[in-house]
Amino acid sequence: MAAIYSLFIINKSGGLIFYKDYGSAGRMDTNDSLRLASLWHSMHAISQQLSPTTGCAGIELLQAHTFDLHCFQALTGTKFFVVCEPGTLHMEALLKVIYELYTDYVLKNPFYEMEMPIRCELFDLNLSQVIQKDRVALLGR
Amino acid sequence: MAPLAPKTGDAVFASVDRVNAELFTLTYGAMVRQLLTDLEEVDEVNKQLDQMGYNIGVRLIDEFLAKSNVSRCVDFKETADVIAKVGFKMFLGITASVTSWDAEGTSFSLVLEDNPLVDFVELPDTCQGLHYCNILSGVLRGALEMVSMKTEVTWVRDMLHGDDAYELRVKLLKQVPEEYPYKDDE
Repeated sequence: MAAIYSLFIINKSGGLIFYKDYGSAGRMDTNDSLRLASLWHSMHAISQQLSPTTGCAGIELLQAHTFDLHCFQALTGTKFFVVCEPGTLHMEALLKVIYELYTDYVLKNPFYEMEMPIRCELFDLNLSQVIQKDRVALLGR
Repeated sequence: MAPLAPKTGDAVFASVDRVNAELFTLTYGAMVRQLLTDLEEVDEVNKQLDQMGYNIGVRLIDEFLAKSNVSRCVDFKETADVIAKVGFKMFLGITASVTSWDAEGTSFSLVLEDNPLVDFVELPDTCQGLHYCNILSGVLRGALEMVSMKTEVTWVRDMLHGDDAYELRVKLLKQVPEEYPYKDDE
């Protein structure tokens, strides 16, 4: 069974620019994934406001009975999050690697327009390699 | 998991793929030359180079953050040091020095002793107003804007104009708040 259920990338204004589904259960249609992305964007922002400490960067991990959600926000405001099996390890490292792939294969693609949905084959290709790779390999990074 | 330690410019420079420096220099030269042919006016070329740099900068900043593991800078002084020591090293293989802070700490100069863009360049008399490396100022402006700093970047000294070094003046115009919700009137 796949440990990672799905991956989302949200631009800095809360629009979903990338969504990929890896599990068979709980597949979402486009509208639902868009809604979920903008909900997460708002919840992330609210969590920063609610935090009793200053300099809070928002929710990093949400744990539920049936899944974990790991979120990473780049300093430029782009958010990456994965939904995975509870207790899956090394997701922070994975998100970091995905961020690097995004900078290499999305932002460096001259035909990609900033803040728009990602349709880059090279990114898809490298992403699936990273996701498929044994998670032990991620440990070394 | 503890946050990853920031890497030095040298470490990042060593770990990323690079192109031959001469190819890079010549390609840039060919591009500037073409702009001069197309736009005819030196001022227009300066403007265009700056705009191209800006477009690069807004994308480059993410690569910089992803590969250097640099975290949020506490103040503008730290930002300046990071640009000079990590940023320039990582992308151009050179180090800049930060000098001439003003009293309020909102503007500084970046001095480049070495500049790979100009290795074979001599400015002809017809192009004296050309800021040959204007792309660099655009990159800085674009990159800083994406991490909520509006800046103005200008050339103060230029070896192609007979000065003894390259000097870029970076002035912080305003810091845009990045927290949501944005104020209603914005």
